Amino acid sequence: MSEQQATPAVGPKVKKFMFVNRKAPYGTIYALESLEVVLITATFDQDVSLVFMDDGVYELVKGQQTKGIGIKNFSPSYRALDGYDVEKLYVDQDSLAQRGLTEKDLLVPVEVLDAQQMGQLMQQQDVILSF
Amino acid sequence: MLHIVNKSPFQTSTLDTCLRMAQAGNALLLIEDGIYAATAGSAAEARIRQACTKLKVYALQPDMDARGVTGKLIEGVTPVDYAGFVDLTVEHSTSHSWL
Repeated sequence: MSEQQATPAVGPKVKKFMFVNRKAPYGTIYALESLEVVLITATFDQDVSLVFMDDGVYELVKGQQTKGIGIKNFSPSYRALDGYDVEKLYVDQDSLAQRGLTEKDLLVPVEVLDAQQMGQLMQQQDVILSF
Repeated sequence: MLHIVNKSPFQTSTLDTCLRMAQAGNALLLIEDGIYAATAGSAAEARIRQACTKLKVYALQPDMDARGVTGKLIEGVTPVDYAGFVDLTVEHSTSHSWL
């Protein structure tokens, strides 16, 4: 325990934030909004996890080309998360399988979890935000 | 932890995904269109009855009343009013409002 990093004498405790992403990227604004809130949260030095399930797994699919629909392709931003110390990305196994996807189809390294593991992880959070 | 579902089970997969992730002992509160899952005779009834064996399931009464389905509440699901909703969020350290 003594090895544990001490929280600063001033300032609030670091909280565990989980962002649950369940929407495909361009049909609604949710995916982009989630990404923006994630980046804001990260700048406050919080413990941030991102979860992708249901259609949310489509947010991470490689090779998105949005020129034709006139919307900014924000998928490269997921690769930049690492630079903000956001390294905990989790994907629901069944959601991938149902959509014919595997980890190889995704543009960032993720940890694939089953529903049981995902549920346990969810329980350990202080704050859960759904998008 | 407390799971809050506000979507009809006939419109989205939200309820199913929530039920897949929810851990034994967790609470599930159905609100807004989510309450349709708690109505007897619906295609979601079996799933809710199954959920009641491992979760504590609640439905928001005013949303049931508004939709005229108060008399159809599945046995085992506890109706709560707004004050009860607040109590649930206080009792559980983490809440997840599934969108």
